[in-house]
Amino acid sequence: MEEVRLLKGNEAIAEAAIRCGCDGYFGYPITPQSEIIETMMALEPWNTTGMVVLQAESELATINMVFGAAGCGKKAMTTSSSPGVSLMQEGISDLACAELPCVLVNVMRGGPGIGTIQAAQADYYQSVKGGGHGDYKMIVLAPASVQEMADHTVLAFELAFKYRIPTMILTDGIIGQMMEKAVLPPFTPRLTDDEIRIKYPWATLGKTPDRAPNYILTLELYSEDMEIINLRLQANYKRIQESEVRLEEIDCEDADYLIIAFGTSARISQKVVEMAREEGLKVGLLRPITLFPFPTKEIKAYASRVKSILTVELNAGQMVDDVRLAVNGEVPVSHYGRLGGIIPSPDEVLEAMKNLIVNH
Amino acid sequence: MTMNVNEIIDPKNLVYAKTKILNDTQMHYCPGCSHSVVHKLIAEVIEELDIQEKTIGIAPVGCAVFGYKYIDIDWQQAAHGRAPSLATAVKRLLPDRCVFTYQGDGDLAAIGTAETIHTCNRGENIAIFFINNGIYGMTGGQMAPTTLNGMKSTTSPSGRTVPLGGYPLDITKLLAQLDGTCYVTRQSVHKLANIRRAKNAIKKALENSLLCKGTSVVEIVSTCSAGWNMSPADSNTWMEQNMIPNYPLGDLKDI
Repeated sequence: MEEVRLLKGNEAIAEAAIRCGCDGYFGYPITPQSEIIETMMALEPWNTTGMVVLQAESELATINMVFGAAGCGKKAMTTSSSPGVSLMQEGISDLACAELPCVLVNVMRGGPGIGTIQAAQADYYQSVKGGGHGDYKMIVLAPASVQEMADHTVLAFELAFKYRIPTMILTDGIIGQMMEKAVLPPFTPRLTDDEIRIKYPWATLGKTPDRAPNYILTLELYSEDMEIINLRLQANYKRIQESEVRLEEIDCEDADYLIIAFGTSARISQKVVEMAREEGLKVGLLRPITLFPFPTKEIKAYASRVKSILTVELNAGQMVDDVRLAVNGEVPVSHYGRLGGIIPSPDEVLEAMKNLIVNH
Repeated sequence: MTMNVNEIIDPKNLVYAKTKILNDTQMHYCPGCSHSVVHKLIAEVIEELDIQEKTIGIAPVGCAVFGYKYIDIDWQQAAHGRAPSLATAVKRLLPDRCVFTYQGDGDLAAIGTAETIHTCNRGENIAIFFINNGIYGMTGGQMAPTTLNGMKSTTSPSGRTVPLGGYPLDITKLLAQLDGTCYVTRQSVHKLANIRRAKNAIKKALENSLLCKGTSVVEIVSTCSAGWNMSPADSNTWMEQNMIPNYPLGDLKDI
C-alpha cells in the first residue's frame, strides 16, 4: 500500500528501496548521506522482505559487493557522497563493462578533495561522462524533491534492468537532508531465484544441467572482441538517448529567457522564475530529470525561441557545456554557480540573471 | 598377471578418469605451474560433493583470471583484489550455495588486503583459495608481498631487501588470528602426498561454505617456474628449500 509520510530525502531512498523489492544494500557511512544506511539498519528489512543490508569496510568493498549481487540478477544498490563515489569508479567501470544492472546514489557535497559536507553539484562531469576508465555511461537521474528521491529509486531499478546498465541517482546534500511530504511506493515482493532464472538467464545463480555456465566477465584480451563489447555498449547508450529522456518545463511556452538547472539549483531557479515574472520578465525553467540521456533535442528546440539561456549549477560550469553543444552557437549561453558548498539565494540568482543575460 | 592393451582400456578396469567438471579446454598455464593441479582438485571435489549446481566461483586478476574456462560452473570475474567482496554479496544473497574465491598473492595480500581481512573478520561463509608463489606471475615476475628476502624479481632485480621492500607478509598467519575464520591451512601440490592433503583441505573448505561455518582459507604454497626463471623440477626443489621453511605447511586453525 502507498503511504504518505514526512521524511528526509535520504530516508525516502531507503524506504523506497525496501518497498520496491531491493535484494541487497551495501553501504559505508559518509556525510551527507548516512541516513540512508541508518534508516536501512533501523528498518531491519531482513526480517520482513529478506533484503540483505551490510555495512562494509570501504566504498571499494561496497561497489564490488554490488557487482557480486548484480551478477546474480539481484536488485543491488549502494549510496555514498562525492569522495566515496570517486573511490568507486573502477568498480562502476567494471559494472558498465559487465552490463550489470544496479542503482548507485551520489548525495553530492563540495569538493575537490575531502572538501566540505555542504551540498554541491560538482560531480556532474564524473557522473554523466563516465567517471572511471574506458568508454561507458550510466543512466543518471536528478531528483529535485523528496518525492522524486522515492520515485527515482523505483525508476532507477526499472531502467537499470531494462537496459542492463548501472543507474545513478545524482542528488545533493540539500535534497538528501531536507524534509518534505512524500508518497512512498507500495510493497513489491522480491523476485525468487526461480523468477530470476527466467527473467535474467545470464545470472550466476549456479549452473543447471540445461544450460552452459554463466560468466560475468570484464576482461577480454583480444582487441577485436573488446571492440565488439564496446560497440554493443554504445548501441545501448544510443537506444537510451532515443527513448528515456525526461525533463520538466515550467513557464517555458512564452519565455524570452530560459534557465536550465537540475536538482537543488532547479528548486532555487523555480523561485527565480516567479520573481522575474512579477517584474515582467518572461523567464522559463527547463529542468533535466535525466542528465544522461541529456535533453539535447528539447533544449535545441528553444534555441530559436529564446533570447538567451542561463544554466544555474552548484559548480564552476559543467552542464553548461552540454547546453552549449545542444544549441550549437544559435543562442548565447551563460552559467551562474557558487562553489564549495555555497547555496545561492533566489535574489542572488535573479540579479546574476539580469546581469548576465537580460541586460546584455 | 599383466594386462594386455585391450584389457587396460576396458572401462571396467578403469582406475582413474578426469572429472567432467574440468573442461577439455587446453590450459594456458606454464609447464610446472601449480594452478592446473589446484584447478583439478577443486573440480574433483565439486564432483564428489555433487555441488556443481550450487557452486559459484569468483576469479581474480592474475594468472587465474581465466579460471572460468576450466571449471564447469558459474563464475564471476572480480576487479583486482576485490574477489572477497563479490563473494560476500553472492553468499549473503544465496545462502544455500557454495561460494569460493581463487586468488594469488598480489591479489589477496597486496591490493586486496582490506577486503581479505574484513571478509574473514566478518566470518563470511565462503572458501578462499590462495595461491602463494611469491611473485606476480601474470604481469611478468614483479615482487609480491610474499616474495622472500633476497629473492629476485623484475622489481627487485638484486633480490628483495627489507629497507626497500619491507618484510615478506605471512597473511595466512594473520587471518588465522581473526575470529571469523573457521579453518585456515597451508598446503602444497608438488608431491603426491601433498596433493592428497591439499585436496582434503579444499574439500573441507567447500563443505564449510555449504555448512555456513565461517571463512575458510586454504593457502597453496606454489611454484612459478616462468616468474622464478627456473625449470619446473628446479622450482619444486627451490620451493621446498626456500618457500616452505618460510611458509610452513599444515593447519593453522581448524574449529
